[in-house]
Amino acid sequence: MNWITNYVRPKIRALVSRTDIPDNLWEKCPACGQMIFHRELEASLRVCPSCGHHMRIGAKRRLELLFDEGDYSLIELPETIADPLRFRDRERYSERLRRSRSATGRQDALLVAHGTIGGRKAVVAAFDFSFMGGSMGIAVGEGLLAAAKLAIAQEAALIAVPASGGARMQEGILSLMQMPRSTVAVEMVKDKGLPYIVLLTDPTTGGVTASFAMLGDIHIAEPGAVIGFAGARVIEETIRETLPEGFQRAEYLLDHGMVDMVVERKDLPETLGRILRLLGERRPEAEVVPLRPSAGDEAGEAKARQEATPRLVGEPAGEAKGEAGEAARASDKPAAAKTKTPAKDEPERDPAE
Amino acid sequence: MRHYLDFEKPIAELEGKIEELRHLSDGGELNIADEVARLQGKADRLLRQTYTKLSAWQKCQVARHPERPHSADYLAALIEDFVPLAGDRLYGEDRAILGGLGRFRGHSCVVLGQEKGHDMQSRVTHNFGMPRPEGYRKAQRLMQLAERFKLPLVTFVDTAGAYPGIGAEERGQAEAIARCIELGLQLRVPVIATVIGEGGSGGAIALATANRVIMLEHSIYSVISPEGCASILWRSAEQNQEAAEALRLTAQDLEKLGVIDQIVPEPLGAAHRGRDKTMAAVGDAIEEALQALGRLDGGTLKAQRRDKFLAMGQKGLG
Repeated sequence: MNWITNYVRPKIRALVSRTDIPDNLWEKCPACGQMIFHRELEASLRVCPSCGHHMRIGAKRRLELLFDEGDYSLIELPETIADPLRFRDRERYSERLRRSRSATGRQDALLVAHGTIGGRKAVVAAFDFSFMGGSMGIAVGEGLLAAAKLAIAQEAALIAVPASGGARMQEGILSLMQMPRSTVAVEMVKDKGLPYIVLLTDPTTGGVTASFAMLGDIHIAEPGAVIGFAGARVIEETIRETLPEGFQRAEYLLDHGMVDMVVERKDLPETLGRILRLLGERRPEAEVVPLRPSAGDEAGEAKARQEATPRLVGEPAGEAKGEAGEAARASDKPAAAKTKTPAKDEPERDPAE
Repeated sequence: MRHYLDFEKPIAELEGKIEELRHLSDGGELNIADEVARLQGKADRLLRQTYTKLSAWQKCQVARHPERPHSADYLAALIEDFVPLAGDRLYGEDRAILGGLGRFRGHSCVVLGQEKGHDMQSRVTHNFGMPRPEGYRKAQRLMQLAERFKLPLVTFVDTAGAYPGIGAEERGQAEAIARCIELGLQLRVPVIATVIGEGGSGGAIALATANRVIMLEHSIYSVISPEGCASILWRSAEQNQEAAEALRLTAQDLEKLGVIDQIVPEPLGAAHRGRDKTMAAVGDAIEEALQALGRLDGGTLKAQRRDKFLAMGQKGLG
């Protein structure tokens, strides 16, 4: 009986339901109810053309959208222990996992890819909400660690794109431990001086928000995305009040200082590219900068920027020459220290006298 | 008047009888002392039987027992010269997290602990041990203080979870917890965390990114409360017991999973029946950890902590 209900019936259902899909040429916007033709919806990156509602998109689509020319390489993520607690609620976790895997064709809720965004090297770790609500368990934690290591190996920026209900309950305490583990991943990237950017998408809640997703150098959110710690229902039950309009939405977080900007989906690649280029323009180590107060030429700077993708050690020429202002500022400190040694000593002597 | 849990009914009856006899014996009856001793022996046996095979759900009840020693009790029992410190310097003071400077068995240290309160008024004052962002930002402040003065950090974890409220969300509950975790992992001083009651999800891990994580025998530590888990996965709050079992939230299971380092045994009938003994035993475990960790330099302490968390999740319950 079990075999029939759990195995045979879903297979048959899957065969039957497949014929229904082609009829589904129109999709209803969950926000305004507008019927949208599927081609139009795809062209608008699944943003409702009438009300601007950003519908959820899968991880693959997300990667295509973010990387230059939609070109990226996925990396294989480390295999992890499945069902460590042998968890069972109304059904076995191993069974849920198996079903999610066969439905999505993925191992777990995270995809990690590398490529360029706005000409800059980037590693993107994107969540797939369709895989068990994008929940974070051991596999996701390992995936984030792998993404961090890849970013470090490539001297690339790390961009996390959460779409997750939080920790994966079925992995119990081990899913909670992904909060410190993903934080270590982020720390590794930050320790190397590489940019870490979080693109918060709908929804980002629970343990995911309360760990790596709130630790970005820069936080970008998609319009209308639900971002928060506790679920709205839990809050309502606790305080027995109705929640304010727009509570936990991206715009609300912007007003409360939790995200830097709310950016429409179509503008994301350009925004990310601009940020990465600005952050990527790392000044050479102050010690090696020759003091050159002459003004640089604009053309040289632009050229340097085009060529500046990999900054090789010992070749800081482009930036140093072009951005004279920057170089001067960077060299300000060591110069002052070198030339005005007595001046530096003065304040130290002062209190003694 | 002792607070008895539902599964302690037979014990409650016996102890009630003993109490009655004791009152009678004040009247000067003769053979009552024998009878009391006999009943006491029976009650102890019953306690031992009950407490050696507590179910996961029963452990949740014990961990939340109102007479179980709370953080404030540990501070009073273990910390001398305690100097409470208040406020996050940003918004407010959250009394759900106690913190300050003090001396633990001769060592100067920074202490943090989630406090649930012991009666109606103090529970309200401490918000039932559910911290708001201010509490976590105060914790960050004190962590930085520990780092600056190279003092070990000792934490007591006892919370149902971070407070779910409008204000808490507006002021960045998630960010406050995330930053606590980040900072906790960066510290170059020994960090010792003890789960003394309830280790509730993100609200707990914020104070538990420690070099050594100690748990009391009947305390619990979980990603979600059994009630929350039941209402989501079983769609019914009635399945608490199954959820508690499935979540593997007991100290014994967590030790097997390599998530905690040490279990401190509780006296017969759990911590609330031997409060001083329990707190002294926790003190011993902390002292031992401090001695072991005190020999390590800052870089090693930080690396050990990171590596410890990175190694988690390699093994299941098999």
